[in-house]
Amino acid sequence: MYPENYRYTKEHEWVAAAGDVGTIGITDHAQEELGDIVYVDLPKVGAHIEQGKSLGSVESVKAVSDVYSPVSGEVTEVNQTLADKPESLNSDPHGTAWLIRIKLADPGQLAGLMSAAEYEAYIGAEK
Amino acid sequence: MRYLPKSDSERREMLDACGVSSAEELFAHLPEAVRLKRPLDLAPGISEYEIVQYFRDRGAENGNGYASFLGAGVYHHYRPVLVDTVVSRGEFLTSYTPYQAEIAQGTLTTIFEFQTMICQLTGMDVANASMYDGSTAVPEAAMMAVRATGKGRVLVARTVHPEYREVLLTYARNQGMPVEEFGYDAKTGALDLEDLERKMDDLTAAVIVQTPNFFGIADQVKEAARIAHARGALLVVVFTEAVSLGLLEPPADADIVAGELQSFAISPSYGGPYAGIIATRDKYIRQMPGRLVGQSVDSRGNRAFCLTLATREQHIRREKATSNICTNQALIALMATVFMTVYGKQGLRELAVQNLAKAHYLAGKVKPRFSGGFFNEFVAQVPGRTVDELNKQLLKKKIIGGLPLGRFYPELSDSVLLCATEMTKRADMDVVADTVLSTPAPAEVTV
Amino acid sequence: MIDKVRPHLSQNELLVFERSSPGKKAYQLPDLDVPEVDPSAALGAGNVRARIEGFPEISEVEAIRHFTRLSTWNYAIDYGMYPLGSCTMKYNPRINEVVARTEALAWAHPYQPEALAQGSMAVMAHLEAALAEITGMDAVTLQPAAGAHGELTGILLIRALLEKRGNPRKKILIPDSAHGTNPATAAIAGYAVQNIPSSATGVLDVGALEQIVDKDVAALMVTNPNTLGVFEENIIQAAEILHKKGAMLYMDGANMNALVGIARPGDFGVDVMHLNLHKTFSTPHGGGGPGAGPVAVRKVLEPFLPAPRLKRSGKKWVYDYNRRKAIGRVKAYYGNFGVLVRALAYILAHGGPGLRNATVDAVLNAVYVRKRLEAYYDLPYSQANMHEVVFSDDRQAKLGVRTGDIAKRLIDYGFHPYTVSFPLIVHGALMIEPTETEGKHEIDQFVDAMISIAGEIETDPQLVKTAPHGTRTSKVDEVAAARKPVLRWKP
Repeated sequence: MYPENYRYTKEHEWVAAAGDVGTIGITDHAQEELGDIVYVDLPKVGAHIEQGKSLGSVESVKAVSDVYSPVSGEVTEVNQTLADKPESLNSDPHGTAWLIRIKLADPGQLAGLMSAAEYEAYIGAEK
Repeated sequence: MRYLPKSDSERREMLDACGVSSAEELFAHLPEAVRLKRPLDLAPGISEYEIVQYFRDRGAENGNGYASFLGAGVYHHYRPVLVDTVVSRGEFLTSYTPYQAEIAQGTLTTIFEFQTMICQLTGMDVANASMYDGSTAVPEAAMMAVRATGKGRVLVARTVHPEYREVLLTYARNQGMPVEEFGYDAKTGALDLEDLERKMDDLTAAVIVQTPNFFGIADQVKEAARIAHARGALLVVVFTEAVSLGLLEPPADADIVAGELQSFAISPSYGGPYAGIIATRDKYIRQMPGRLVGQSVDSRGNRAFCLTLATREQHIRREKATSNICTNQALIALMATVFMTVYGKQGLRELAVQNLAKAHYLAGKVKPRFSGGFFNEFVAQVPGRTVDELNKQLLKKKIIGGLPLGRFYPELSDSVLLCATEMTKRADMDVVADTVLSTPAPAEVTV
Repeated sequence: MIDKVRPHLSQNELLVFERSSPGKKAYQLPDLDVPEVDPSAALGAGNVRARIEGFPEISEVEAIRHFTRLSTWNYAIDYGMYPLGSCTMKYNPRINEVVARTEALAWAHPYQPEALAQGSMAVMAHLEAALAEITGMDAVTLQPAAGAHGELTGILLIRALLEKRGNPRKKILIPDSAHGTNPATAAIAGYAVQNIPSSATGVLDVGALEQIVDKDVAALMVTNPNTLGVFEENIIQAAEILHKKGAMLYMDGANMNALVGIARPGDFGVDVMHLNLHKTFSTPHGGGGPGAGPVAVRKVLEPFLPAPRLKRSGKKWVYDYNRRKAIGRVKAYYGNFGVLVRALAYILAHGGPGLRNATVDAVLNAVYVRKRLEAYYDLPYSQANMHEVVFSDDRQAKLGVRTGDIAKRLIDYGFHPYTVSFPLIVHGALMIEPTETEGKHEIDQFVDAMISIAGEIETDPQLVKTAPHGTRTSKVDEVAAARKPVLRWKP
């Protein structure tokens, strides 16, 4: 369920690194908690985001959740399909429904995040 | 008491079920220090007839049967009887906010129609389900512009309703939102575009103008838009006389329209309740305050309506909401919806044309001070005595004169704002004109 | 199935635009008694619109049928109980509607000379005095148009006083059980919000309050009774803690229906509060408004109230605009006058003793509901409740059914749902406020319905989860409405 090569946060975000490019998204657990997603608010290309700070939000009909960035960096790409198809966050949160791509400011930050196994244990305990 | 539907025996049964012997025991847990130890110092309850009589007596103290030439943001228009017929239905009057869509399609459908008609009238893409009134819609529009542009400063025309500007200042002061005013042309009564140009800068989020403006003049929205947009500000267009939209070109260059619908079958009622609206372009939808009704389907595939985009609102976003508004003016907006339906495409135009004719008849006799084209009110200089003295003379003839402008514009303290609507009689306009134009005999004028 | 009145089915209803066709009329204007004027000549050709594109043209008969049929799709107080918590959906007396339409009051222009507005001014003065007596406060402004508007006014009053004392401060404390308007208001008033957690028993934690209140705190916003329907027993102590540090106590008056004639906020330390006339004072909700949110204050805040203030001058009422310390207008003119008339009519009908009796019945009804339902739904706290009671769906959640599902099933029994999932401090809240204008029969039907649903959850949870089944409109797809908003009709 949770890709081995991703890193995870307590706030239910994931980041997948390839070189100094990080792809960020929210986890399957997060989309399940939110319910049917209706809108995604994302930063613009070129924006600087900081680890632990909100990079945008995800909305269902009755709730809004801030998305906190797992890592710091500069936004290089924003997933345009989410504007038209926010529901893809419900069906494929780990794949095609990634949120943004960033140029990692400090790849060392990845080590401080959870592995897939740690994250699964974490949400298991939460339940 | 007739509103309390329990008999004493039913109370007894319920008290037994609660395990208490008297109702007072239900309050026994309250700390002694908070208890009110005496009866409320209010007269005992009175009968229905006495209540009617009380308000009849108050009505008599108001004076009745006067012809009125007051406008200035609140207008005397005829209220079609269908309006009260519809809003008096218990299903509309006594229903709650339509959060439960399955049992509120009446309210939701009429709001959807309302939102549509406001868009058609104003030329905007989307309108909300109402604000408290025009005066509070203005600061809401300003805050919207600040959110949308990321800038902090607001420019507002002096020809926007003075009390609306006061409300804007109250909100702005606490948001760290600087507000500056720009003036009007002393000849035309329309916007002083040079003054606007001078005061404009790149930090301005919104330029706020009104049309017809407080002096009744159809103002230069296109030019104001050009100046605002050139420096990255939004144009907010305010209206207080909704009937004018039956005839006037809608403010297509506006980014946000903030208006007052009192003219649409809403009783003047000494200042409220009225219904404000915010209408805007599609791209600013998520910055809008207030409720929005959207179209959808039910599980059987039938068209149905529901409240939507609620994540902007206070009950979900709390301190990050676009506004703190919860209760709006739904029933009042329904009055406007019925009015707009009754008059319709042709009727609203015909109504506006009549208003134009009435005011211009009066202006033919009592020359307007400003040269700008006006709708149903205009400013006139009063010769030979003060405006208060003129109005005192008119009162003796059972006429309430126009608003003395000195109240809000010291430089215009010799002038009055006269309004004539479809309800104004020619005979009364003749009396006003004669009174203004005649030289008062000393005995007639009491200072 | 419990026997309850339910609206009958009727045919599909088109929108007014879909019934429209050119030439149909529902109006007739009298002939002009003055010469016609050419709009282009008077206004400039560029200023005159060609037509109102898309505006409807329908006949009078079609109009009355359209709105009448639409109305039958609504639930309303006139049909039955709304058990909505903190909304106080009490009977809207019809006499209020009649007197609000008294011609000389309904047609009065706010700029009418004071000599011709003495009646309107007397109404407002009378209401101000009555509300001051009811709340135990010293002065009242009737200008705010709704509760949230009153909250804003109240916080601005606090800011003005603290500014005069040298420091407006930075934060407002808000309990996690508060209504959403509270933090939204604080933000608009330019304050940061700090949440203060409730104690384990759901009331204000005065220990925590003592720790948190410092020189940056301007005020605590509290609802009393709180959103659990429980009286804040430590309110006097809370007020003392705040006042000692120079902060103020704001009370959200949404739950006044539990206090009128029993306890007065001015007597237990409140500095400023708002009232909801469309809750406690019976003015109709009308599908979402209008309301009115008068603000009552202690003497020390009176100088800051918005201008104008009503004053007695000899035998007349006059307006005092000379209020240098006033916070500024929050609304044009004087307030939602038509709503004020209705509230005053309500107060006149009850009178002093009557208002207290209404409160007693309101609390009796809510305690009765608690007693009859506590065997079936979990109570997340044990203290006495007042005019409303909050259950949690914990028991039912174990069988996969949540408060939202139960609420929808309640519709099949002929009732409007209670307040779902609020306050946030209760997991899966069911918030129920019957009000005093519900009789035993109606309340018993409601309780029986809730008990029946509890039973259905044990035997046939899917029936509850897929409710409502008996409504003309079935469940509306709110997700689609939010994903692709369609907010107006287009041809």
